[in-house]
Amino acid sequence: MQIRIQHLEKHYGRYAALRGVDLDIRSGELIALLGPSGSGKTTLLRAIAGLETVDGGRIRFGDRDATTLSVQERRVGFVFQHYALFRHMRVLDNVAFGLDCRPRRDRPARAEIERRALDLLTRVQLADLRDRLPDQLSGGQRQRVALARAMAIDPTVLLLDEPFGALDAKVRVELRRWLREIHDATGYTTVFVTHDQDEALELADRVVVMNAGRIEQIGTPDEIYTQPATPFVFDFVGRSNRLRGRIDQGRFRPDGQTRSWALPEPLADGPAQLFVRPHDLRLDARDDGLDAVVHQVRRRADRHVLSVQVAGQDTPFDLDLPVHADAEVPAPGARLQVGATRYRVFATA
Amino acid sequence: MNRSTSSPTTEPRWLRRLLIGAALAFIAFFLLLPLAAVFVEALRHGLDAYLNALREPDALAALKLTLLVAGIAVPLNLVFGVSAAWLISKHDFRGKALLVTLIDLPFSVSPVVSGLVYVLVFGAQGWFGPWLIEHDIRIIFAVPGLVLATVFVTFPFVARELIPLMQEQGRDDELAALTLGASGFQTFLRVTLPNIRFGLLYGVLLCNARAIGEFGAVSVVSGHIRGLTNTLPLHVEILYNEYDFVSAFAVATLLAMLALLTLGLKALLEWRHGHQLAARARH
Repeated sequence: MQIRIQHLEKHYGRYAALRGVDLDIRSGELIALLGPSGSGKTTLLRAIAGLETVDGGRIRFGDRDATTLSVQERRVGFVFQHYALFRHMRVLDNVAFGLDCRPRRDRPARAEIERRALDLLTRVQLADLRDRLPDQLSGGQRQRVALARAMAIDPTVLLLDEPFGALDAKVRVELRRWLREIHDATGYTTVFVTHDQDEALELADRVVVMNAGRIEQIGTPDEIYTQPATPFVFDFVGRSNRLRGRIDQGRFRPDGQTRSWALPEPLADGPAQLFVRPHDLRLDARDDGLDAVVHQVRRRADRHVLSVQVAGQDTPFDLDLPVHADAEVPAPGARLQVGATRYRVFATA
Repeated sequence: MNRSTSSPTTEPRWLRRLLIGAALAFIAFFLLLPLAAVFVEALRHGLDAYLNALREPDALAALKLTLLVAGIAVPLNLVFGVSAAWLISKHDFRGKALLVTLIDLPFSVSPVVSGLVYVLVFGAQGWFGPWLIEHDIRIIFAVPGLVLATVFVTFPFVARELIPLMQEQGRDDELAALTLGASGFQTFLRVTLPNIRFGLLYGVLLCNARAIGEFGAVSVVSGHIRGLTNTLPLHVEILYNEYDFVSAFAVATLLAMLALLTLGLKALLEWRHGHQLAARARH
């Protein structure tokens, strides 16, 4: 189902959790809401589910205005970070709960309910564990049961709140891929909240980056990473370095440097900041390199990371050097010229 | 240096023995000795005298009345306690802190004062006294007064057991049930109640023990009318004051046995379902 969110507002006392959020979710899409804690991503998810009331704006499910519908009427499949399985019920009864709760005239026969619940458990590969209690399952298994339970009501949309947040790293990565498969097989419109950028970039069709109750950027994972729309997105997604400086006659000149770099796109003169990723920096600069001193060299599995102090800047830069057997790694204290292949410049407000 | 002390983190053996000995002596003197004394005194003139004392009509009436009062007060507090705990742990509202404080009031006020309050409100000279007399409704020195005082004194037990338990369980289970289409009532019946069942049982057990044993508040509103408004604890006191020691201790054994039964059930619950009790985490 297509979901349209128009100018959503939510306040907790004087604190604004959502400030005019607009978002169109296409039918069948897998969307990630990505942001730091307090950015409003969970509030947005809960508002879509009807677990939070909103102070302004509209939520539409297809052609239907869902803004004032109750939680039950919205029929969303919600998956909680800590699973929220009913601990006194068997796995099968957990999955059957949504069908079991329907009023008598809409309720399938008991055998039919069990058959459908078992189908879903088979889909999440847990049919063998149908008689266990939630306590007797691992975290990853519990989350799969929670997803099966949410799908049992044939939801208008699947909403997942930090679904892998409570799992260890290895299980996270497995479940991530598995969720993508389930999504592709069932076609449910799915929105999940995460603060893990790897998860968002790997899993989602589109990523919504949120900050301080607003949407910073909506785009495919590639767009978000290669064309960050704001300084916040550049800084929050992936590793980045920042240079302070000024735009002067169409060129960016870092503070404390005499050389300047061309602007990727035209900007008005004034104070500005330049963002660049560590793997887009290079040492074989021609005549536009910035003067810098190597501060520290760190070895990683697949690269060296140079921490370099650019003259006139207050924080050191990280610079990736691919590991070649014959390449010479600069020692701390060495003087260098640092150039960049790709960067973005934003005017400072 | 004491060679026999194997672990560097334990105290020397003589100190351990001293501490354990002191603790055992304390328990024996203050807990076991009085309990034994009750039974010894009750059986001082033989089993027949003991049984006769229990068969006495006033004693039987006191037993019946005690069970009646507890039988009304405990279910009432079960409902009040669950409602209050549900309200406090699953909802946010103005004055929540005040409500939590008020629930503890019966624990902090002397039971005698609680009883007096009811006398002031419902007694012949009280606020509603004249109106009640006019309509021939008897509350003080009658069963309704005993029930009121008992309900007040035992109110916190169920609520205090459930609030931390329900707070720890959070709201996600209930919210999950709502998103799956369950109504509020279905959610309460099928999710909330099963989650708290053992905690609830535990709270009811403690509430019942106190309802049966309550003396102070009940004493004020009872009027001590033999065979009519005397509960077991009051009856024990009257018999004792009349120097009828065998009867007094015989009736007291009933209370002692009820207490032991409660302790036994409580231990059983803690042993079998301890992880589902808030009390376990508190103690």
